[in-house]
Amino acid sequence: MAAPFDLNDDSVVVIVGSGAGGGTLGTELALKGVKVVMLEAGKRHNMEDFVNNEWESFSQLAWTDMRTTSGSWRVHKNFPNLPAWIVKSVGGSTVHWAGASLRFQEHEFKTRTTYGDLEGANLLDWPITLAELEPYYTKAEDRMGVTRTNGIPGLPGSNNFRVFEAGAKKVGYKEVSTGRMAINSQPRADRGSCQQIGFCFQGCKSGAKWSTLIAEIPRGEETGNLEVRPESMVLKIEHDASGKATGVVYVDKDGKTQRQKARIVAVAGNSIESPRLLLNSASSMFPDGLANSSGQVGRNYMRHMTGSVYGIFENPVHMYRGTTMAGIVRDEAKHDTKRGFVGGYEMETLSLGVPFMAAFLDPGGWGRSFTSAMDGYVNTAGMWLVGEDMPQETNRITLNSDVKDKNGMPVANVHFDDHPNDIAMRNHAYSRGMAMYDSVGAVRTLPTPPYPSTHNMGTNRMSEKPRDGVVNKHGQTHDVPNLFVSDGSQFTTGGAENPTLTIVALAIRQADFIAGEMTKKTI
Amino acid sequence: MTTLIDRRGPSRRALLAGFGATGALMISGLAVINPREAWGLEVANLKPETMRTLIIMARDVYPHDRIADKYYALAMKPYETGAATDPALKSLVEDGVVTLDTLAKAKHGVAYADLGWEDQRTEILRQIEDGAFFQKVRGGLVVGLYNQEEVWPIFGYEGSSADKGGYIDRGFSDISWL
Repeated sequence: MAAPFDLNDDSVVVIVGSGAGGGTLGTELALKGVKVVMLEAGKRHNMEDFVNNEWESFSQLAWTDMRTTSGSWRVHKNFPNLPAWIVKSVGGSTVHWAGASLRFQEHEFKTRTTYGDLEGANLLDWPITLAELEPYYTKAEDRMGVTRTNGIPGLPGSNNFRVFEAGAKKVGYKEVSTGRMAINSQPRADRGSCQQIGFCFQGCKSGAKWSTLIAEIPRGEETGNLEVRPESMVLKIEHDASGKATGVVYVDKDGKTQRQKARIVAVAGNSIESPRLLLNSASSMFPDGLANSSGQVGRNYMRHMTGSVYGIFENPVHMYRGTTMAGIVRDEAKHDTKRGFVGGYEMETLSLGVPFMAAFLDPGGWGRSFTSAMDGYVNTAGMWLVGEDMPQETNRITLNSDVKDKNGMPVANVHFDDHPNDIAMRNHAYSRGMAMYDSVGAVRTLPTPPYPSTHNMGTNRMSEKPRDGVVNKHGQTHDVPNLFVSDGSQFTTGGAENPTLTIVALAIRQADFIAGEMTKKTI
Repeated sequence: MTTLIDRRGPSRRALLAGFGATGALMISGLAVINPREAWGLEVANLKPETMRTLIIMARDVYPHDRIADKYYALAMKPYETGAATDPALKSLVEDGVVTLDTLAKAKHGVAYADLGWEDQRTEILRQIEDGAFFQKVRGGLVVGLYNQEEVWPIFGYEGSSADKGGYIDRGFSDISWL
């Protein structure tokens, strides 16, 4: 295990968060010989502790600290204090994710150029291209053990997949498979193969699914260069008179306020907490929040265009048996404006157990229409629709100074309105998903509204020019050279793909950059 | 109407109730009992009539003909226990049931629980569905009912699977009708 580092050791890199971004960055730096202190707000659980019970697991893992919401999105009405369904635990949301690992498409790094000037959308090209990220995607796929890459076979098809696949073929889709998943289809990297348990969202109890908790952080700790401090909630990043970050103030597991000095600070608390931390770190030198000279911190919050379609059939499906996300159709992921919107979407199978089905099928719904759908549960197949949503300046994380957390800090308010492009895409996706199930004999299809956000992106976005965003192509803030952002909040735009693989690829790339700059002593 | 009911007498009413809204739910002293399902629920902190109405309301909100009253009663029990220490909850529930009965009597001349058709009761619920009482009951019920492991088999859901080795050898890909 890692030797603990002193609070006054100002040679360490402090990373806030231990998920896909922070957990990967910290491990990669430790492997390169860099000393890292990783501060994680949540507890540390072992995979044996995970629970195959949706609500019990939610209590164990979900981030349920107070947040508020506003805007016209339905989540604000149905789940006013749960804008996002993400994890507060060592490993972050890699504990909870379903494992879909898709690369962004080339045009998704150049949306302003490709989509043009779309009213209300704050589109911007990424300062990097697919070609620049490709070597890092390759590294990420290898370390995550992504199926259908590196010679790793795909996972076998479950019942839910087989209904989905049959429907996809019936309506003429060509690109349907059990996907590229960071779930072992055969033993690899000291982890066994998938036992088709289901409950991927509740933490994988067999270890077949990649997470920073089991696959990265222990490797980093073995080097002696990485110390993880669970139950450590960072309140503020501090800086000196020259504007360089000097460390962080956090509340430890015993409720004591501590100050950890740092040579470099990397923020990876997800797209809600990361901007909240920067805004809560305002000072006389940075009155609008740290790294916020552009005014873009917290803005351009993206959550992906989402929705689900469930199809009820005459005969049993048992969709919950096996991996939660068991297959994908990619035919609609392309950019083709003939459909009435820019960007594209993925169709991915999804299953929920009875408790979460009841909570999310039609939030607030009741009566026979609702319960007759629930009565068809065992005959139900499900898919999730996930596509690129438009960045909008007004979709943003702000500090709610009327509501404080237990440490007295203002909580995050999440404001979101759909862009007309998001709505057009969702309606198209609903109709295609319903057509798939209808084509194989669904007796009823249910277009289900978005759940609390699982993909949170864009609130500290990358930009070539400092005035357009918060960080540069390395995730380094434009304003503070030794302050980095290492999570999905860096995303300039969201792409149609599940974000984790891209977060991991960016983190590996960022580790190269940080280690190189440390050697050159530029930071 | 009054005459009809008088002529039928209490036993006739109880019999009708047995086939109607109240199912087999009866009040006995300070308990709601269900002789058909052979259970009783002692009610100490709410009026027994209130508890019976809550259980009927629960079924009206999430009607599943294959789920026994017992599970609706279990889902509603937290209001009974909560009322002991939470006066605001107690009055929300008691007042909420008074409102249901007032609306039911105004339209049909009988209390909510004595309305014979689910549709009649649902119509009353639609009038109050945006209010705090209904939202509280529905919000608690969507977890309190569907999170009972005992009801999962009724939906064909098998619950925890890691302890059984997952579904790799237990039918994750056994569909035969496609």
